[in-house]
Amino acid sequence: MRLRLLLLATLVSTPALAQQVPPAATPLGTGAAPAGQTPPPLEVDVTGGISAPMPIAIPPMPTQAVVQTAAGSTDQLGRQLAEIVSNDLRSSGLFNPLAPGRTRAIAFPEVTAPAFDYWAGSGAQALVQGYIRANGDGTLTVGCYLYDVSAQTQLTRQGFVVPPSDWRRAGHKCADMVYTRLTGEGAYFDSRVVYVSETGPKANRIKRLAIMDQDGANSRFLTTGSSIVLTPRFAPNQQSIVYMSYVGKTPAIYVYDLGSGRQRLVVQNVATTFAPRFSPDGRYILFSMAQAGNTDLYRVPASGGTPQRLTTSPGIDTGGSYSPDGSKIVFESDRSGGQQLYVMNADGSNQQRISFGGGRYATPVWSPRGDLIAFTKIQGAFRIGVMSPSGQGEKLLTNSWQDEGPSWSPNGRVLMFFRQGRGNAGKADLWSVDLTGVNERRVPTPLDGSDPAWGPLRP
Amino acid sequence: MARLTTTLLMATALVATAACSKKRPEVLPPAPGVAPTQGTATGPVDPNGGVTPGSAADFKRSTQGDTVLFGLDQYDIDATARGILDSQAEWLQRYNNVTITIEGHADERGTREYNLALGDRRANAAKNYLAARGIAPSRISVISYGKERPVALGSDEQSWAQNRRAVTVVVGG
Repeated sequence: MRLRLLLLATLVSTPALAQQVPPAATPLGTGAAPAGQTPPPLEVDVTGGISAPMPIAIPPMPTQAVVQTAAGSTDQLGRQLAEIVSNDLRSSGLFNPLAPGRTRAIAFPEVTAPAFDYWAGSGAQALVQGYIRANGDGTLTVGCYLYDVSAQTQLTRQGFVVPPSDWRRAGHKCADMVYTRLTGEGAYFDSRVVYVSETGPKANRIKRLAIMDQDGANSRFLTTGSSIVLTPRFAPNQQSIVYMSYVGKTPAIYVYDLGSGRQRLVVQNVATTFAPRFSPDGRYILFSMAQAGNTDLYRVPASGGTPQRLTTSPGIDTGGSYSPDGSKIVFESDRSGGQQLYVMNADGSNQQRISFGGGRYATPVWSPRGDLIAFTKIQGAFRIGVMSPSGQGEKLLTNSWQDEGPSWSPNGRVLMFFRQGRGNAGKADLWSVDLTGVNERRVPTPLDGSDPAWGPLRP
Repeated sequence: MARLTTTLLMATALVATAACSKKRPEVLPPAPGVAPTQGTATGPVDPNGGVTPGSAADFKRSTQGDTVLFGLDQYDIDATARGILDSQAEWLQRYNNVTITIEGHADERGTREYNLALGDRRANAAKNYLAARGIAPSRISVISYGKERPVALGSDEQSWAQNRRAVTVVVGG
């Protein structure tokens, strides 16, 4: 696949400037750029896996008055916010944030009046400046400004008001603003991941549901580890998580309510139910049920009720995933011999095989953009790959011993998966890779991790 | 790779019983009526001491084993497995109030959800064989652990072979 992001167009785009800037977010004046010239447009250009990350400067965000808040002092938070923005942008593989040694602290008035000549001398093509302020009502305001250094113009700005507990989100939103403005792609940094935290010996792993921010921060456990839990997925409204649990030694699917911490059984049945996924509208849960050695796909109203059977093949049909519009389902089946990918209508009709390459294909996941299906390819090793929904243009993105279970970022540009190490001491951990396959990164977790499911952009 | 439908799965177990002598004469199961009950059935007290007849410990001691193994991505009951399951069936007929759970497992070379389904297939293959040997299906529950609970921890052929298994566990009686 050829991925070309060429953006950061011209300074003619300044009409969009005023959007979403709360009046309180502007520290000084208007920050209006001198107009008139037409400098060459900046480009974020990634072609055929050869990337040229854009040099970008992100100095610490100053504060006008140092105030102690529930999240720490505002000057400290300003430094950390710049680090969050920097880490997010670097993790995309499309930006090369200047090392701290090549930036400098900026004064508060400078936020809206950048020292363009200085930043041009540092090699930066783009500049992100911001500020943080503690408000009287206990909230924090973070202002975020993006500048084109050579054109000496402001490209966009936004202000975010957050409770202290959500201060990191302001950094992610700032990074999302920069990323979307310079790449034209959708945002994804202000999002969370639900996954399975693992610890203990290989023969008796302790597995707990856990939730964290996309960058690995704020990880917390949702279950105690007394029962095996597997394959969590967010509800589209992010208020609950569907997953599989062995609680009571009866493997079945449950819905965990993030607000109350309560869990409920989805399908009352003697058979094993697993591989649960919400439909995009949140009304149904797609799942697999194994009965007498035969596994088929079913769906059930998310509130419970009578399951409707969708497949009837005598083989193993599992790993279903809805298309973003909910009209189709991609799944894996071994009806032809080994696991292969199939697409069918959401009611189970018109089942068509789409994968025909060598080896087996498993764990299909439809991109939120609808354009690709990610999968695990099994040919001895497990590798993460993508293909179109018609099965064309297969591309493998990773090459390790065992990479399994891809999950899409909200913008459909990055995949998170888990990597299993070999042997007795082999541990599982979380990784991400972008669609070029070049930008592969470990996602930090407090313990080992598997079964990541990337949630939608936060509201 | 063997492709077996669910119907065929049932048939496998039935064939194993009904037509065993035709297909694999070298592994004739003991005739149903003449189960060899020598040894443990001779006296009320176990000569080895401490093992209660009909208990889980007795099951382990008196059968050829609690575990049957499978080929890669396979779930057919082979000759070795038949011998083991026959000995289990015989014991279960002797203690006919005992209930069991058969745990199905897979090696780490399959994906997680597929392996849950594969473990279920294996557990059911063992269950169906026992049922065909006269054990009431109501006495047998199955559970699949997929690749979650390996017994051999290496990432090599030997370990994988041990992990592709169905384990019979005495749960009550």
